[in-house]
Amino acid sequence: MLQDQDRIFKNIYCQDDWRLAGARRRGIWDNTKALLDVGPDKIIDDIKASELRGRGGAGFPTGMKWSFMPKQSDGRPSYLVVNADESEPGTCKDREILRFDPHMLIEGCLIAGFAMRCVAAYIYVRGEFYQEAMHVQAAIDEAYDAGLIGKNASGSGYNFDVFLHRGAGAYICGEESALIESLEGKKGQPRLKPPFPAACGLYGSPTTVNNVETIAVTPTILRRGPTWFAGLGRPKNVGTKLFCVSGHVNKPCNVEEEMGIPLRELIDKHCGGVRGGWDNLLAVIPGGSSVPMLPKSICDDVLMDFDSLRAVQSGLGTAAVIVMDKSTDLIEAITRFAHFYMHESCGQCTPCREGTGWMFRIMTRFVKGDADPSEIDMLLEISKQIEGHTICALGDAAAWPIQGLMRHFRPVVEQRMRDFRGRQAAE
Amino acid sequence: MSAPSNTDVVQPDSFAFTAENLEAAKKIIAKYPDGRQPSAVMPLLDMAQRQHGWIPRAAMDVIAGMLDMAPIRVYEVATFYSMYNLKPVGKYLIQVCRTTPCWLRGSDSLSGFLHKKLGVGFKEVTKDGMFSVMEVECLGACCNAPMVQINDDFYEDLTPELLGQVLDDLAAGKQPKKGPQNGRRGSMAEGGATTLKDIPLTYDMAGD
Repeated sequence: MLQDQDRIFKNIYCQDDWRLAGARRRGIWDNTKALLDVGPDKIIDDIKASELRGRGGAGFPTGMKWSFMPKQSDGRPSYLVVNADESEPGTCKDREILRFDPHMLIEGCLIAGFAMRCVAAYIYVRGEFYQEAMHVQAAIDEAYDAGLIGKNASGSGYNFDVFLHRGAGAYICGEESALIESLEGKKGQPRLKPPFPAACGLYGSPTTVNNVETIAVTPTILRRGPTWFAGLGRPKNVGTKLFCVSGHVNKPCNVEEEMGIPLRELIDKHCGGVRGGWDNLLAVIPGGSSVPMLPKSICDDVLMDFDSLRAVQSGLGTAAVIVMDKSTDLIEAITRFAHFYMHESCGQCTPCREGTGWMFRIMTRFVKGDADPSEIDMLLEISKQIEGHTICALGDAAAWPIQGLMRHFRPVVEQRMRDFRGRQAAE
Repeated sequence: MSAPSNTDVVQPDSFAFTAENLEAAKKIIAKYPDGRQPSAVMPLLDMAQRQHGWIPRAAMDVIAGMLDMAPIRVYEVATFYSMYNLKPVGKYLIQVCRTTPCWLRGSDSLSGFLHKKLGVGFKEVTKDGMFSVMEVECLGACCNAPMVQINDDFYEDLTPELLGQVLDDLAAGKQPKKGPQNGRRGSMAEGGATTLKDIPLTYDMAGD
């Protein structure tokens, strides 16, 4: 188990003040100038050496992403955009950073923005997070007043602005190019790539979009050194991670743990175990709604990191662990997600706009059992026709939960259909 | 994304921001680079909604004028995002999270309770104009499920009984305690954290 001294997020339960005075007590903004004085290239090298992978779901190496930004401006300014549109069902980790430790994020913005030679950061907070946005704005105001950001930020000689932008309710704005569109004052509809944001992003300028947690951990990585961070976890899956455990556990919670912690240890040590005991476990969705579920047999010994979960045809995603015990109607659980994706499809690509509705309506019949077993293959075929055929990954995300259900629990779905037919015949 | 229908709404002929809001709007627009003022469309729509309770067409036209946008571009934004109310809602808009993590912990019982207690269906307003109810997708407080959002505030770790107390407080003109309703601190495990145990709980969250 991770020791407290190696935890990056010291205030996720708001034990202490989230404002500047409390942040300073936790070491945030402690001689930030010294972190910047090593220069942009050294910062990026250190982040590369730390092997930090993006905490928003895709797990792309952060240092490499930063290195895609131009070192010489061609006249266009560069921007950092922080994706605080946390909306992946099951996920509620960035919220705790935003409301209980916003200065961690703002200090991270300055460091990341400086490393990528950006003029400003825009923090895009989902609209529903009102209190969270107010805390971030209050922290931004404090940071300006204290000279930590703005002109000659933290005495570094570098000018850097940080702005808050609130969303207004759209899951799709968590997709980076949709977020950029939204920030420009448009509907949040993803852009075709290439060009990638590092070449042409916000206002047509070089832009990097990073998750809140990714940015918030960077000051600590630089302070403690990349080898410290890279020494936690397993090769290629290093560091610490905020896990959000929800559903049928005795004590749901957010907790920071070492990457690669066994799923069972995470649930038993921090969440009071599965409701009714480990043997009452039916399935777990290990990384937010978009990743396929795992049956208990895999949960028994799977590790919680990018590569371990990929090896069992799922993913770490946002590390949002949704636990379902044996009382759960898994078909309904996945149908709820199908409804979610239908509601949240931006409507731009036909396979997703139409397909998410088809899948929801078919799944609704499957919940009752009012379908023929051959329709399972038809549903899977539809999911394959959506997956990979859309501009953004929402289509994939809509397909995977259903594929995961059928991969592991197809007999349950078929039994539901037989029961329905049996009841019909009896009437 | 389903476009909200607003054909059955009586639209006011005109809309004007208050002088105070016009001042605030200038500051908002200044956050974005010169010539990029359409970026301010979302905050200004939010401002109109806070001033008027919902966003009439006239407000969208005013915003289009302020930001030098074609009105259709503002309508597109206003109809795309789920938080913009394009018709009147109750003084308190109750949004029940329906997505799987909340459903696993009993969100259906909250919806059923609200229908019974308030006598309204989804997207309807109570006769006294106090409450309206809708179901929404994941609000991002899954470790504190089930939960609802009422106007700007989250109420978490709910049971129908606890939600009833929140509504009673609101109806009586009292501000209920926000956040977890079962005594938990944020998303810390019930009964105490398993990590960071040496850090004393010195901060009083009541004022936030």
